[in-house]
Amino acid sequence: MGSRSSHAAVIPDGDSIRRETGFSQASLLRLHHRFRALDRNKKGYLSRMDLQQIGALAVNPLGDRIIESFFPDGSQRVDFPGFVRVLAHFRPVEDEDTETQDPKKPEPLNSRRNKLHCEFVRTCTNAFQLYDLDRDGKISRHEMLQVLRLMVGVQVTEEQLENIADRTVQEADEDGDGAVSFVEFTKSLEKMDVEQKMSIRILK
Amino acid sequence: MFLLLPFDSLIVNLLGISLTVLFTLLLVFIIVPAIFGVSFGIRKLYMKSLLKIFAWATLRMERGAKEKNHQLYKPYTNGIIAKDPTSLEEEIKEIRRSGSSKALDNTPEFELSDIFYFCRKGMETIMDDEVTKRFSAEELESWNLLSRTNYNFQYISLRLTVLWGLGVLIRYCFLLPLRIALAFTGISLLVVGTTVVGYLPNGRFKEFMSKHVHLMCYRICVRALTAIITYHDRPRNGGICVANHTSPIDVIILASDGYYAMVGQVHGGLMGVIQRAMVKACPHVWFERSEVKDRHLVAKRLTEHVQDKSKLPILIFPEGTCINNTSVMMFKKGSFEIGATVYPVAIKYDPQFGDAFWNSSKYGMVTYLLRMMTSWAIVCSVWYLPPMTREADEDAVQFANRVKSAIARQGGLVDLLWDGGLKREKVKDTFKEEQQKLYSKMIVGNHKDRSRS
Repeated sequence: MGSRSSHAAVIPDGDSIRRETGFSQASLLRLHHRFRALDRNKKGYLSRMDLQQIGALAVNPLGDRIIESFFPDGSQRVDFPGFVRVLAHFRPVEDEDTETQDPKKPEPLNSRRNKLHCEFVRTCTNAFQLYDLDRDGKISRHEMLQVLRLMVGVQVTEEQLENIADRTVQEADEDGDGAVSFVEFTKSLEKMDVEQKMSIRILK
Repeated sequence: MFLLLPFDSLIVNLLGISLTVLFTLLLVFIIVPAIFGVSFGIRKLYMKSLLKIFAWATLRMERGAKEKNHQLYKPYTNGIIAKDPTSLEEEIKEIRRSGSSKALDNTPEFELSDIFYFCRKGMETIMDDEVTKRFSAEELESWNLLSRTNYNFQYISLRLTVLWGLGVLIRYCFLLPLRIALAFTGISLLVVGTTVVGYLPNGRFKEFMSKHVHLMCYRICVRALTAIITYHDRPRNGGICVANHTSPIDVIILASDGYYAMVGQVHGGLMGVIQRAMVKACPHVWFERSEVKDRHLVAKRLTEHVQDKSKLPILIFPEGTCINNTSVMMFKKGSFEIGATVYPVAIKYDPQFGDAFWNSSKYGMVTYLLRMMTSWAIVCSVWYLPPMTREADEDAVQFANRVKSAIARQGGLVDLLWDGGLKREKVKDTFKEEQQKLYSKMIVGNHKDRSRS
């Protein structure tokens, strides 16, 4: 009779993961449950194929690149801490782990602004990595074209796509090197409420 | 050694008497009512007392958890993340609006921030998607004293453990042998009965006997699983009967209330013996393994069967695979192309007493049956829906979806468009193209005439 308990003691290094990522104990439990549901063969880690089995992800035009972000530096497996680390980038800032905070002290204003800025940079880094495939720190026109092609499939002609790519790079490029660096990228997204658009809230 | 002798005969006598008593009880309370289709109401009483015990058990666990200042793991059936149900277009427009201060009367073609939509959607599906959770057993809100459904092991007190131990004893030492004996009786009666009926000359008497032999044996099997079924409305006769699929037990549940012709693949072993015997009494439709691949052949044989008025209504499960009874997945259009009247049936199990879902990648058939027979009971509701026919302007796929929605609505299940085949295979690329089409329309659709659709 298989036991399906999944309490904190069972998650290896549960406490250190909590502190590192800021997820609450309840959220971590749910993510651990999800990790084990995705790990169909009970290997203890996830491979690219496990993630590709998710139907809704396979129909996402950027699905493959999103899966890549879980496997940094060419590794073939992602264990639970790695899984949670990537997902922690999407945790809403307000959703802090209340157990590590002192409820009596109000948060200093600076600290919150800093946190938001860190969030912004982190989210931009995620998105930038989806564009910048060769990790050279710049989005070249070619890379822009590639991402656009992924998002539209065969629906748009090469010419139209090239026009769009050229225009986008031109608008964002400030130092005229024909590519969009990370700084230029964050500048063009400055006004956006990035944190709110990219955060995924786990129900309590 | 000599001292044991008087005790020996005493023990043998006791054994003999208890077996006789057991068999008489079996006969009177279970088999005889099954033959006539009546019920003493013992199972309903059993169900009520179990519910009270489960509620008590959950309260104890919550108390135990509170004492340790922890939270109980409570499963969410609707997903673990907060989602806004907005379309691709709306969300991308919103992202763009929040990013730029310029007026948006002409939507810009492409913004760097568009990627955020896909990135976020992708991460959301990694955290929680609609399909993956349908292929594993449904999680319960309160514990039902089976260790297989417990997620909060460390909060069990001594009293609860004793109760659980008692439950194990009752289920394995009393209920299990009883159920195995019943199942054995039911199956052997089916094989013997249908073979005997097969020797009768064709006519009304043969049909009458065949119907009652089938019904009686299925009713015994229903009691072998302690299945407590609530039927809503009466079964209709004729055409094709279509139902959602959760486990092989669905067949037994429906066939014990109505007389159907079965459709399926020819198996070897015990199943093969049963199939060959059944087909002697009345015509079922069994396909050879090689024939199953040929869709036209399958459609032809089904059409022939349906058009012959003297034959029985056929029972089909268009999902093609077992789903965990929280949702209904895509219906395969084959059975909806035949053009007969479709009688939909919705089956909803109550997982509180025993989960009937067959996770075929996790358990084989024998393990599955053992799990069924060591649960408390199988409780389900069956709704017979009014018949539906294909309308002039809809094709088979639309008709199938219409029937599927009706079944999902009645059973309180989630209506999904995904294919149950996703259990084993990857999704087809055509679905990705739909997303790409939607997005392309946004960035170029405003400017040019699109000759391609």
